[in-house]
Parts: sequence; C-alpha cells; structure tokens
Amino acid sequence: MARAVTTQRKAINTALAWAIGLLIFFPILWTILTSFKTEATAIADPPVFFFFDWTLENYGVVMERSNYGKFLWNSIAIAGGSTLLGVIIAVPAAWSMAFVPGRRTKDILLWMLSTKMLPAVGVLYPIYLLFIKLGILDSKIGLIIVLMLINLPIIVWMLYTYFREIPGEILEAARMDGAGLKEEIIHVLTPMALPGIASTVLLNLILAWNEAFWTLNLTAAEAAPLTAFIASYSSPEGLFFAKLSAASTMAIAPILILGWFSQKQLVRGLTFGAVK
Amino acid sequence: MGRIVLEKVVKRFGEAEVIPPLDLTIEDGEFTVFVGPSGCGKSTLLRLIAGLEDTTDGRIVIDGKDATGLPPAKRGLAMVFQSYALYPHMSVRKNIAFPMKMAGMDQAEQDRRIAKAAGALNLTDYLDRKPGQLSGGQRQRVAIGRAIVREPSAFLFDEPLSNLDAALRVGMRMEISELHKKLATTMVYVTHDQVEAMTMADKIVVLRAGHVEQVGSPLELYRTPRNTFVASFIGSPKMNLIEGPEAAKHDAHTIGIRPEHIDVSSESGLWSGVVGVAEHLGSDTFFHIHETGLAETITVRADGEVSLTHGDKIYLTPRPDVIHRFSADGLRMKDELAVA
Repeated sequence: MARAVTTQRKAINTALAWAIGLLIFFPILWTILTSFKTEATAIADPPVFFFFDWTLENYGVVMERSNYGKFLWNSIAIAGGSTLLGVIIAVPAAWSMAFVPGRRTKDILLWMLSTKMLPAVGVLYPIYLLFIKLGILDSKIGLIIVLMLINLPIIVWMLYTYFREIPGEILEAARMDGAGLKEEIIHVLTPMALPGIASTVLLNLILAWNEAFWTLNLTAAEAAPLTAFIASYSSPEGLFFAKLSAASTMAIAPILILGWFSQKQLVRGLTFGAVK
Repeated sequence: MGRIVLEKVVKRFGEAEVIPPLDLTIEDGEFTVFVGPSGCGKSTLLRLIAGLEDTTDGRIVIDGKDATGLPPAKRGLAMVFQSYALYPHMSVRKNIAFPMKMAGMDQAEQDRRIAKAAGALNLTDYLDRKPGQLSGGQRQRVAIGRAIVREPSAFLFDEPLSNLDAALRVGMRMEISELHKKLATTMVYVTHDQVEAMTMADKIVVLRAGHVEQVGSPLELYRTPRNTFVASFIGSPKMNLIEGPEAAKHDAHTIGIRPEHIDVSSESGLWSGVVGVAEHLGSDTFFHIHETGLAETITVRADGEVSLTHGDKIYLTPRPDVIHRFSADGLRMKDELAVA
C-alpha cells in the first residue's frame, strides 16, 4: 500500500527540500552575484542581493590581467588526463577484485582507502623533492600522475561496486564464446558497466578539477590550472572580492555546466544497483 | 565429434572435496544428463568440463586431446546457462554473432549461420531486439542459438529450463530433444529434475556428494537401481521403501516397490491402510496411505479414476515380480537370490 501523503505534508516537504537546496547552493549563488558587483558593493554592509548596478567590469579586468585560456587548458588537461589514466588502471584492478577475489581482496580494498586517510601535507615534502629530482615540478604530466594516484582508490572502489552488480555468468558465457580477457573487458564488461564508469569519470573529473592542495603546491606558472587562477586573486594586494568572485565563477563554470548536463547520468550511476 | 572422458578428476575448494576422484566417459553424440539433489556437485562437474573451474587433479580428455589445462574457449564446447547469460547491451543478432566474431569468422558466413539458427529457433522476427525485450522462452532460444552457430563438438546445459514456467518447460524440453536428434552432437545436461532426466537422456549419471551413484539408460535406472538412493531419486512419485518384517519375508533389509506396481482394491488385498490424501488427476489417481504398519506413508498410483477418498479403507497388493530388494547398506541385492 502506498503511503498516504496529505497535501499539507507535501507542501511542507517541498518547502523544506527547496530550503535545503538553496542553502547548499547559496555560496555558489553568492559568488556569482558578487562577480557582477563593483568592489564597493561587494563589501557593502548590509549586503545587497539583486538590486545593484550589474557590471561586467570585473570580468574585463580578470581577462585582461590573466591568461584565462591557459589556466583553463591546464585544468582540462590535468583533470581529464588524471581521470583517463586512473580509469585505464582501475578497470582491470576492479575487474580482478570483483570477479576473481582472493582471500586478501577485502584487505587490499581497505588498504587502498587508507592512503586517503593520510593528510596530504604529510607527504608534500617527499613528493616535492621527488618532483624536483624527476624534473616534473610545475609540469602537467607531474600533476596528472599525482592527481591520478590520489583519486585512484576512489575510482577502483566505485568501479568495483559497479562490477559486482554484473552477473558472473555473463562473463563466463563470453569466455565460453571464445573471448580472451581483453575482449571480455572491452566487448562485455565495459559496455555493461558504462553507466557506472560514466559516473565514476564525472565524479573524478569534478574532484580533480577542484583539487587545490597539490595543484597549488606543485605548480607555478607553466602548469597552473584554474585553482591557481583563483588563488592569484586572493592575496597580495589585499582582497578584491568582486574580482575574486569573477575569477571563481569563471573557474567553476565549465565543471558546473558539465555537471548540470550530466546530472541524470551522475544520479543514475551513483544509485546504480541500489534500485532495480 | 565430441567424446569426453574424465579420468580420476578431483575438485577441491580449499579443504572441501566437492568431487572425489571420478571417472566417466561421455560417448560422441550421446545425450548425457547429470542428475542429483542440489549440492551434489553436478554443476561443478559440468563447469570442470567447460573449463570454467580448474581441476585439482586428474585429466579431462575431449576428442582424444588432453583439455585439462585449456581455457574454455579452446575446448570447442558451447554452454547454455541457467540465467541464459545473454549480453544485455547487444541485439539478438549480435548475441548470436558474438562467438563467431570472436573466432574471426567472415561476415558472409556469420550472416548465413545467424539466418539458419534464427530460422530453426523461430527468432527471425526478433533479431534486432535486445534480450530485455524478449520473454523467458525466447531468451532461452537465443542462448541456444548462440551455442549452435559455433558448431561445437559438444553442448553443455546448466539447468537451462529451471527459470521457465511449467508449460514452457515441457515445450523447451521437446525442442532441445529434437535439436539433439537433428544435430546428433554430444550434449551434457545438468538438472535436479528427474523427469527431465528420464525424458531426455540417452544416459543418466546420478550423483550424490560428488560420487557417481549409477550410470545407465533411463529405463535401466528405473528397472534396476543400484541402491536405495537411486531407487528413490528416479521415478515419480518416489519408490516406497519398506523395512522390517515385511522386508525380511523377502530376505532383505529393505524392499522397494514403485507406486505404479501396487494394485489397489476397496475389498481385499495383502496389506491394508487408510487413505490420507487422494490426488485425482483424471488419467491417474495417487493415494498417500497411512496406517499400513509398513512405513509412515505408502504412495500408490492407480489407473484412471478411483472413487476412494480421505479416510476410506484401502487394500494393497504389490506385484511380486517388481519388488526391489536392498541390503542393510542400501545396495541392491542380486535378483537370483530369489523371492521367498
């Protein structure tokens, strides 16, 4: 029997959901609003919401002062590269853990997560020195490797969960049909796990896009992505909230748009298997 | 060609020995059924033949070649799974084509074989659908189609009908039997349903806890079960097993009488009892009879409609020539020791 929900109850639930949604979205909304204000309005007390003189001046200044295109390209290369590399490594790893588990598989999964429990700053020094030695400080390839390693446990965990949903008999059928390991993964496993792989890719793109600790510490000019672009508006000459907001808006816009258009896929992937 | 020989095959999962050393020969073109209660190792045995499980010890020889260490694809066998195991993201056509694609067969030959298989299995109109849009019976046909296009040396079936409803199961049973007659290819079929085993098999292998209890044609198993396990597993309803003084009269520890080998009367007979449940099927009537002093329940099959019902007194007379005698360890006793 369906649960009876009164109209009043429904209205309260709707209002509550909207309130929570707005609360979560508010910082982003506020950043976007501020980016269209003058510096004076940006720090006005009490703050103004919608009724101010909208201006594109901040965007003009930011575009003039920084090479947005280069930062954007670096972000795309680093987030995209690290995610792609991570998925290529994680698919076979998750395959073996899901379909030929050993006695230690569960331990390995936990052990992989344990690297995420370590504060990043704890390994900054050795990694920094390694980067200098290898000559990959302030290079895209260096950041791709580091971000890939950081997100790899999450990618493996997510793929592992999705792969577990795939009935083993189908893979056995592929083996009977003459598929080798490579064909099995390419023709059967990957297409079947596509929703899961897609949401894993999306989530990791977002994580890598917004990653600020390593990108800020290991880059200077050459490989600096959009996180560095935002940071460059935060300190030396004091805070310019409107310009900082404009830079932030420009930095998050691409990933926000990507997230918006793929939200169906993202939700489907994240609840994959939970509802059948 | 598809002669499969198992030589001292052993399978252990960790400490547990699922298949103790086992020898078995499946002749070319034979329809062999592995039957037994769940957990008897019949599916494991099939998977060992398929190569989906590694043998712990022993040899598997297919067509004279040692296949023990070969991967599944190299054994020249095709398998139909209980869950059909179709590729959900591929159309029926692509599902059927998959093994040929993996074998690198040219497109024209692929198309020819798909058309032939689809025609034979009534799938021509469904070739461009996805498995999710098909009924259970159609999915099963696609799985069979995928198996036959490879022209394997043997087919392996792992309880292929257990997901179908009863009516469909009878139909598919016939189709698989006809397919076997037409192709004359070796088939190895796993089921827990003794009716499937009896109706389809050339040879039945009865398994219990990994051991082969008996190998033989359906009627051999029906007529001369080697022990009480086979006796009660083959035949429906089950054979009545009677111990005690009645068995002693026949110089045996246990005697077995099939329900269809007992004559029923409402007036007189060798034994008497009270009808517990009467199942009137029209063609037959089954009585479950209590208070006979022989066993808790005696099951009897009578031809046609018999009007006795719950609580009625009933008289039974076993036919002496079809009484099976078993010793204390459950083994069949030789018939020439004769009836008292």
